Amino acid sequence: MNRPGPRLGGPGGPHMAVGPKPKNAKRTFFRLISYMGKYKTYFIFVIIGMILSAAAGVTANYFIKPLINDYIAPMIGQQNPDYLPLIKQLLIMATIFLIGVAATYLSNRLAINISAGVLYKIRTDMYEKMQKLPIKFFDTRTHGEIMSRYTNDANSLSQMISMSIPQLISSLLSVVGVFGLMLYLSWALTLIVIGMLGLYFLVLKFVGGQSAKYFRMQQKDLGSVNGYLEEMIEGQKVVKVFSYEDKVLNEFTKRNNELFGAASKANTFANILMPIMGNLSYLHYAITAAVGAILTINGQLDVGTVGAFLQSTRQFSQPLTQISTQINSVLMALAGAERIFEVMDAEPENDDGVVTLVNINIAEDGSISECNERTGIWAWKYPHSNGSITYTRLQGHVVFENITFGYDENKTVLKNVSLYAKTGQKIAFVGSTGAGKTTITNLINRFYDVPDGKIRYDGININKIKKADLRRSLAMVLQDTHLFTGTVKDNIRYGKLDATDEDIVEAAKIANADTFIRHLSNGYDTVLSGDGSNLSQGQRQLLSIARAAVADPPVLILDEATSSVDTRTELLIEKGMDKLMEGRTVFVIAHRLSTVRNSDAIMVLESGEIIERGNHEDLISQQGKYYQLYTGMFELD
Amino acid sequence: MIKKLLPSIGKYKLQAILSPVTIIFEVLLEVSLPLLMGNIIDIGVKNKDLNYIIVTGFTMIGMALLSLIFGASSGYFAAIASSGFAKNLRERMFAKIQSFSFANVDKFSTGSLVMRVTQDVTNTQNAFQMMMRMLVRAPIMFVTATIMAVTINAKLSLIFLAVLPLLVLAIVLIASKAFPLFQKMMKANDSMNTTVQEGLIAIRVVKSFVRGDFENEKFKKSADDVRKATINAEKLLVTNMPMMQLAMYICMIMVFWFGAKMIVIGDMETGQLLSFISYISQILMSLMMVSMVFVMLVLSKASASRIVEVLDEKIDLTDDNADPTLQVTDGSVEFNNVSFSYYKDKNNLTLRDATLKINSGETVGIIGGTGSSKTTLVQLIPRLYDVLDGEVKVGGRGVKEYKMKTLRDAVAMVLQKNVLFSGTIKENLKWGNEDATDDEITEACKKAQAHNFIMSFPDGYETNLGQGGVNVSGGQKQRLCIARALIKKPKIIIFDDSTSAVDVATDAKIRSELKKNMIGMTIIIIAQRISSVYDADRIIVIDDGRINAIGTHEELLAGNEIYKEVYLSQQSAQQKGDK
Repeated sequence: MNRPGPRLGGPGGPHMAVGPKPKNAKRTFFRLISYMGKYKTYFIFVIIGMILSAAAGVTANYFIKPLINDYIAPMIGQQNPDYLPLIKQLLIMATIFLIGVAATYLSNRLAINISAGVLYKIRTDMYEKMQKLPIKFFDTRTHGEIMSRYTNDANSLSQMISMSIPQLISSLLSVVGVFGLMLYLSWALTLIVIGMLGLYFLVLKFVGGQSAKYFRMQQKDLGSVNGYLEEMIEGQKVVKVFSYEDKVLNEFTKRNNELFGAASKANTFANILMPIMGNLSYLHYAITAAVGAILTINGQLDVGTVGAFLQSTRQFSQPLTQISTQINSVLMALAGAERIFEVMDAEPENDDGVVTLVNINIAEDGSISECNERTGIWAWKYPHSNGSITYTRLQGHVVFENITFGYDENKTVLKNVSLYAKTGQKIAFVGSTGAGKTTITNLINRFYDVPDGKIRYDGININKIKKADLRRSLAMVLQDTHLFTGTVKDNIRYGKLDATDEDIVEAAKIANADTFIRHLSNGYDTVLSGDGSNLSQGQRQLLSIARAAVADPPVLILDEATSSVDTRTELLIEKGMDKLMEGRTVFVIAHRLSTVRNSDAIMVLESGEIIERGNHEDLISQQGKYYQLYTGMFELD
Repeated sequence: MIKKLLPSIGKYKLQAILSPVTIIFEVLLEVSLPLLMGNIIDIGVKNKDLNYIIVTGFTMIGMALLSLIFGASSGYFAAIASSGFAKNLRERMFAKIQSFSFANVDKFSTGSLVMRVTQDVTNTQNAFQMMMRMLVRAPIMFVTATIMAVTINAKLSLIFLAVLPLLVLAIVLIASKAFPLFQKMMKANDSMNTTVQEGLIAIRVVKSFVRGDFENEKFKKSADDVRKATINAEKLLVTNMPMMQLAMYICMIMVFWFGAKMIVIGDMETGQLLSFISYISQILMSLMMVSMVFVMLVLSKASASRIVEVLDEKIDLTDDNADPTLQVTDGSVEFNNVSFSYYKDKNNLTLRDATLKINSGETVGIIGGTGSSKTTLVQLIPRLYDVLDGEVKVGGRGVKEYKMKTLRDAVAMVLQKNVLFSGTIKENLKWGNEDATDDEITEACKKAQAHNFIMSFPDGYETNLGQGGVNVSGGQKQRLCIARALIKKPKIIIFDDSTSAVDVATDAKIRSELKKNMIGMTIIIIAQRISSVYDADRIIVIDDGRINAIGTHEELLAGNEIYKEVYLSQQSAQQKGDK
């Protein structure tokens, strides 16, 4: 099983990614800040807004003291009290409050733009980067794993930027501000605060820690339920055919119960944190009230101070709770950010090619001149180091020289493979799974790289050819066909974006897909969704052949392109295919030997080596492996 | 909708009730605390009554501790009840999905069903928990805090009357406007995810056609849609908090102003003013909570309705009217004028007017082109779908007369799309018969030509297959699936193109083993290769949804154009090889 291929998210695929601990929190954090780009100024405003809003809150508490002591108490019992100072004081308060409210709104509003904007930038940057990554990156990771970076990780990141960090800052400010105010109001009562602080910390550490632990467990169990669900719904036909519903339900119940165990504990710890902290603050409140009252009786404090202090105690525990929960989510988001940066830092496909594919005109004397319009005649443009440019007509002549290759360094897949494909030839590969057939095609279009000079295309070292131009000169029809959401027409047009509707119909006819497309509810405008799930496997293959046909490339690679098409239909396509293959170099990988028998050369591969080569008649008369395969004495896996 | 979901609380009813009940006590205690605090100042401090202060202080501490216990237990009960609710809901949904017919599953798609059972249930669970904790807490706090405020000073409480209605109106307005915007946002998110998913699955296509830039543009557009939709939706919601603050501050200023006047003329005590302010924040907080719950409920409504869609899905295959004692007596199959459509549409038939009779013990081959509905035809035998018209009979009785389990136990089917599950080879084989002995398993594997390769694995029958059976090749997978079906010892076995990856010789060996050992078993073989069916008792040729011909290999070769064509297309290669 050394053939790489796309893997679907296994059990817990998307969820396993939720690991709470970042590896290098500090570095990731600063990198994120640098990532905020044009939103930096916004962010400063958000923080200023938060500070103002927190300050207004603290001020509101503080004002209770002068209000009672200096403005209300002196007037008690007066015959004609002068309300003017009180009004002035209240107006000042109102102004501060208004500023606070405006600041809250402003910072919240800006935070949305920042988070949505940064999220957009991160996602698009990641996507752009992803397009540049080598196939190996995708072959070594599950789809779920990569997907979750766009969803879970990106979301928690934007949450962190728009909510956690501002709230952390404002909570920190509130705690510091309230504490300062308390210290200013009464150092004696602040002593109680310090005692309570210890208690708060203990609670936060214990409950918070337990909660985080069980949340991790819950994620894991959720992953297991998720994986089981996926497998069983996917395999529903088998479940039904074997009447296995009850047993499947039992297994599900087992996993579901485990999830319940973790979820109920995780939720319990999350739920009790607030009431414990809230009520501890009442405890704090009661102690402060009693001590404050005693101190007031003794004349060491006044009622206004106690009032202001009491109000402050109520606002002390809440930001503490906030800090503890937000730190958790920041850590989680940073871990997500690291996974995102891992994609951004991944080594891109190296492309130091200089040779490009251009349209040319050929003059009567045979000289080649480059032109911009589509002439249908192509050439490789080779700029040499001495400044001269040579043009080589694109012919589709492919040469492999003694190639030894492995996906892992210690596991060779191809051993000493050499082959020559002349223009217009049809070269076929047969052999069992893992023999290295697909690997050969992976090398031709440079999904994976081999050392310089080992593969030559029209005499040019393919490592010198720009990847995009190289791939434009080849069209692949793969075993697993993939279609995109959109109309049938759009999907065929994927092969050549500027194809006209006539081109598309023409290509569909070559692939023998025209008939079934016309039978679809909206013909060529039928919308396909879910990877073309409304089509049969064979129909999807026909569409992908049409897609390659419209691309009109000099080299075609057909990797089990007709494996799901019945032989009769295949025969029909073959007529079209013969037309399509005319004048092109074609590489065919096929299971079914009927598909390859009219090839110019057939290579029989076994464990990475070409053990037989020749045309059908040659190989049959050799009475070797091909003969055995053909006459059914041997088995293809 | 709620009516549909609530039964899932099940045995967690007690916790679901206790949670709001304990929260009532917590709220009552929480609300009385500021009153006592006011008393400490107004009675204790004013009269310099140290004793009163100490007693009240301790009362408050006791109450706070009690409140802590109530609050924490409420949190505990809510956690159990909501997790239990989610557990039961998932189980109900899964059981329902198990009873789905393929038509039902096709309607939803696997990904969407998985999302519904996981993500949507979690959302609903959170909403339910929120409801238990907040929906009782908030109104009770609102009412009691208001009562307290009124008791302290009825005149001063009139301030609320001025501010509250405005606040409530604003909250309701915001929430109702935000809902459609949030729905739009979720849609945008869905379509962005689809774009990423497709781009990932088809990365080889993207790369080989050099469509990176094209994909980038596509993604940028959908990511920007998400960005815009998010800003639009959340823009509204963020006005909530500042509005709350505004209301709070307005109340405070008014309370200070009117309260000060009252204190000055002696209508009110200073301590009372302080308690009063505490009550303001409690009242406004409770309103805030209600608005939060409201928003959350509205947001989870979409999830809840997606769940209910699954629970309410009408199962289009049921065996409620079947006779539970009826057994399948023999392996005969009969189709009488059967028509079938995947869309239940008479104008869009997949299979038309099929009539045929297969005798018990007969081997029948089916040949036909891609999309000619060979699979459709055989799927009607174990009643994976119901016919639109006509009747399918197994063992002389209509398939609808049997319990589904009885019928499917008698009809084994090896599917075109082979599925093995994570677990060992043996575990997978036991799907055929849970009580199968090792000997029976080995015997079936030998017949399916799977025994040898299984034994070539270091772990033999205990080899772990991995999800989707990824550790075996296509041909091996097919033979395992055949063995799995054989272990069932069915009366009818259907091979739906299930030896396509097995070579001709092995394919022939499997067939001869079956013929030799499974006397009396009806064998139906769908194949692409003539060589897989030519020795069958009879061969059915299907073309474009109709039975074109039935006969032996020789008869069809002599008289059927389609069969001849297929035969020649495969034979010409063979003959070339024979030279």
